[in-house]
Amino acid sequence: MDPTIFWTLVVDGVVNGTIYALLAIGLVLVFVVTRVILLPQGVYVSFAALTLSQFQRGNVPGTVWLLLALGCAAFVIDALRTRSRITRAWFLRRVATDLVFPAVMYALVTWLVPLQPGMAVEVALTLMLITPLGPYLYRLAFQPLEQASVLTLLIASVGVYIALSVLGLVFFGPEGFMANPLSGVQFDTAGIVVSGQSVIMVAVSLVLMFLLWLLFDRTLIGKAMRAVAVNRTGARLVGIPISQVGEITFALASFIGAVSGVLIAPVTMVYYDTGFLIGLIGFVAAIIGGMGSYPLAVAGALFVGLLQSFAAFWNSNYQQVVVFTTLIPILLLRSLRAPAVEEEE
Amino acid sequence: MNPRVARAIAWALAALLLVLPLSPLIPEFWVTLLILIGLASLTALGLVVLTGMGGMTSFGQAAFVGFGAYTTGLLSTTFGLSPWLGLPAALIVTGIAACCLGAITVRLSGHYLPLGTLAWGISIFYIFGNSAFLGGQTGMTGIPPLKIGSLALLTARSYYALVWLAVVVSVLATINLLDSRVGRAFRALRRNAIAAEAFGVQTARAKLVVFVYAALLAGLAGWLYAHFQRTLSASAFGTEANIDYLLMAIVGGVGQVFGAVLGAGIVIILKDLIQDVLGRLGMFQDLLFGILLVGILQYSREGVWPLVSFWLPTTAARKIDPAADMEVPARPARVRADALLVLDKARKTFGGLVAVDDVSFAVGEAETVALIGPNGAGKSTLFDLMTGVRRATAGRVLFDGDPIERLAPQAIARRGIARTFQHVRLVPELSVIENVALGAHSRGSAGVMSAILRLDRAEERRLFAHAARRLERVGLSKEMFRPAGHLSLGQMRLVEVARALCLDPRLLLLDEPAAGLRAAEKQALARLLRELKGEGISILVVEHDVDFVMGLAERIVVLDFGKKIAEGLPRDIRVNPVVIEAYLGGVA
Repeated sequence: MDPTIFWTLVVDGVVNGTIYALLAIGLVLVFVVTRVILLPQGVYVSFAALTLSQFQRGNVPGTVWLLLALGCAAFVIDALRTRSRITRAWFLRRVATDLVFPAVMYALVTWLVPLQPGMAVEVALTLMLITPLGPYLYRLAFQPLEQASVLTLLIASVGVYIALSVLGLVFFGPEGFMANPLSGVQFDTAGIVVSGQSVIMVAVSLVLMFLLWLLFDRTLIGKAMRAVAVNRTGARLVGIPISQVGEITFALASFIGAVSGVLIAPVTMVYYDTGFLIGLIGFVAAIIGGMGSYPLAVAGALFVGLLQSFAAFWNSNYQQVVVFTTLIPILLLRSLRAPAVEEEE
Repeated sequence: MNPRVARAIAWALAALLLVLPLSPLIPEFWVTLLILIGLASLTALGLVVLTGMGGMTSFGQAAFVGFGAYTTGLLSTTFGLSPWLGLPAALIVTGIAACCLGAITVRLSGHYLPLGTLAWGISIFYIFGNSAFLGGQTGMTGIPPLKIGSLALLTARSYYALVWLAVVVSVLATINLLDSRVGRAFRALRRNAIAAEAFGVQTARAKLVVFVYAALLAGLAGWLYAHFQRTLSASAFGTEANIDYLLMAIVGGVGQVFGAVLGAGIVIILKDLIQDVLGRLGMFQDLLFGILLVGILQYSREGVWPLVSFWLPTTAARKIDPAADMEVPARPARVRADALLVLDKARKTFGGLVAVDDVSFAVGEAETVALIGPNGAGKSTLFDLMTGVRRATAGRVLFDGDPIERLAPQAIARRGIARTFQHVRLVPELSVIENVALGAHSRGSAGVMSAILRLDRAEERRLFAHAARRLERVGLSKEMFRPAGHLSLGQMRLVEVARALCLDPRLLLLDEPAAGLRAAEKQALARLLRELKGEGISILVVEHDVDFVMGLAERIVVLDFGKKIAEGLPRDIRVNPVVIEAYLGGVA
């Protein structure tokens, strides 16, 4: 293997790795705070990428309808659950978040999209469409199961994943789409071409990671999330509203997914179900980090990115086999270091 | 209605339902659907045992279906062998694959385990899809049908008979297996592995056996599937199939044998019905399916089977034959004059924290010693050191003169040390007497095969008579057949005592046995412990109830912050200033 190929593979691996790292952070976050293994994380990626592509083609994407539908469903079901305890404040807040917001988004999208508003607006609209899916889904599917076992939550997660991927097929069809690059610049260093797109991907990921660190380290809500992750009962006893923290966690995860989707949209052909595999690989990265540590998850993601990039060069048919098989010795190692604890349900 | 009549009617109806599709009354289309349900039931049944009983959630069962299917496919096409030869071959290959994957998988802890199965499940799927000798991307075609004599099983009805024969046999085998000595050990794996080990269950091995058993059921399904479809494509063994199997197990009820069949039926029929009703909008079927799944979980977390079984007649209570009770093993004559249990500077550190700090004391033959101390004094950790749950950092633990500080819990149990737990560790779904019989695990020897073939009944009768006698001693005979999870906390503690007695111990370690007991129950327990002492059993008891301890123990050892601060007769301990200070924080 000559050095040019080697370094090209490394660049490729690092760029993919940072995306996996973002997803891994989202997955770890959701898992430690709510104990949900969030399979739909990859769906957010697909949805964001395809929504952006649709905008660029001047179409109104189906995700707008999804937002409206989920908003209404969340409102109705929450109202039925809350029933007699509905207060004025609750009502006003939920009307704003569940009914008014999706309606405004619908108006904005249908008004702006035909005007071809340019990349910045399209990206902003995409993020605003995809991010609220997280909290809606949390309230519909997971909040009633807050006390359930990890396994039950996992199965619920499977259910949500299945439903969403069907919707993906309905909204975007079976064809793949690629968005316009965020930047057309090319850097050429000693024969190794690095695109501006790659630089943006890495930079945005790094900035996002820094912001997440600020959130967890410097803000009250971030600290509340960490508290819930360490000890749910304890957090509840000191007055942290678990459900609200869950909602915010899901919002963060869907935001991270949406950003990842926007970042990969211009570099890969994205199909409605592409996100699943990307999400799973993000998962591998998260597991390498032990599902609990952010820096380790990032390191794991970079490792997986590089591994995949070299495995693809070696034999593209078996690249997934390599990636997923590598996971097993790592899991074994982790299990040996953290011996079995009796599962208390 | 007489429950016996009701049961007979239920069985007759079930048999009739099974035979009905063989007649032309049922349209061919439904027979085909029933075949698919039967095939899925086999795999889901394995998952029920693996997940619901063994506590291992697998996202990889479809891989074992694949091993079975591709083995027989390869042998009957490329090598032209008889499809019937494919059955043993499929089972052998699946079994070997399961041994290899299982050896790794059962060592994974907590959430790593399901994720690990997901990982190898995906890897194997890609290997199936990319291997040229298995047909690669296009799949394997031209697999011959099964033949009986010159009659090929080509019609749905003939294949239906074969598939459901396999299902009935597998269900019966699984029921037999779970209702046996090894079965009880399996069912303790999920949440009570520590308790199971304390009574001699080799949990790592038991997990592997469960894993291989579940895989073999999947392999059997794979063999049947290959000769039914007669073409194979890797997509049938991918992530989606894995998720479907898990769904079936969960929807039906993951702790229930019949839940697997029910779940497979519900999932497959629903998918089909939704497709029919929606017609051209068929792609919405999975959407509804996903929503339905979340709905079922929110409505009934135990799945659908408990809702159905509510209407079924209850199963017959097990008959207990008191005459079958086993002898208490003869105690070896004491050679040494020193104490039965000796702790010599036992020490346990967790990082910088010294939980047990060079503690030495002894428990003599037929002596009752109490271990007291404020919360966090290290009493339970000390119990863990004596029973092999944790390994001492330094120091020695001698039992009957032999060092046991390096032994595994199972080996210590065999030497005659039985314990109860501070936090009750019973299998809530099992009946009280089954929980107690787990205590006699090391007294039996019947294995998986004799359990499946019901060759273990004589031994089972002995174990249950033994357990019933112990339950009687703690005064819980009346609760014998209730699920252990339905008892009060105090009763559960007594069940733990009965389970410990089932081991016929020489030394009984009791961790707060009187907590949660009512006054009368406490007196009864104290009476029982005195009786046991009279029978020559040594007792070490941790307890906070001072009156209980003072009236019972001959000697008291006091721990504080991991150190032994006092030892002596109850009346001396009561006035010992050091002890009073440890408890009350200085003279008030």
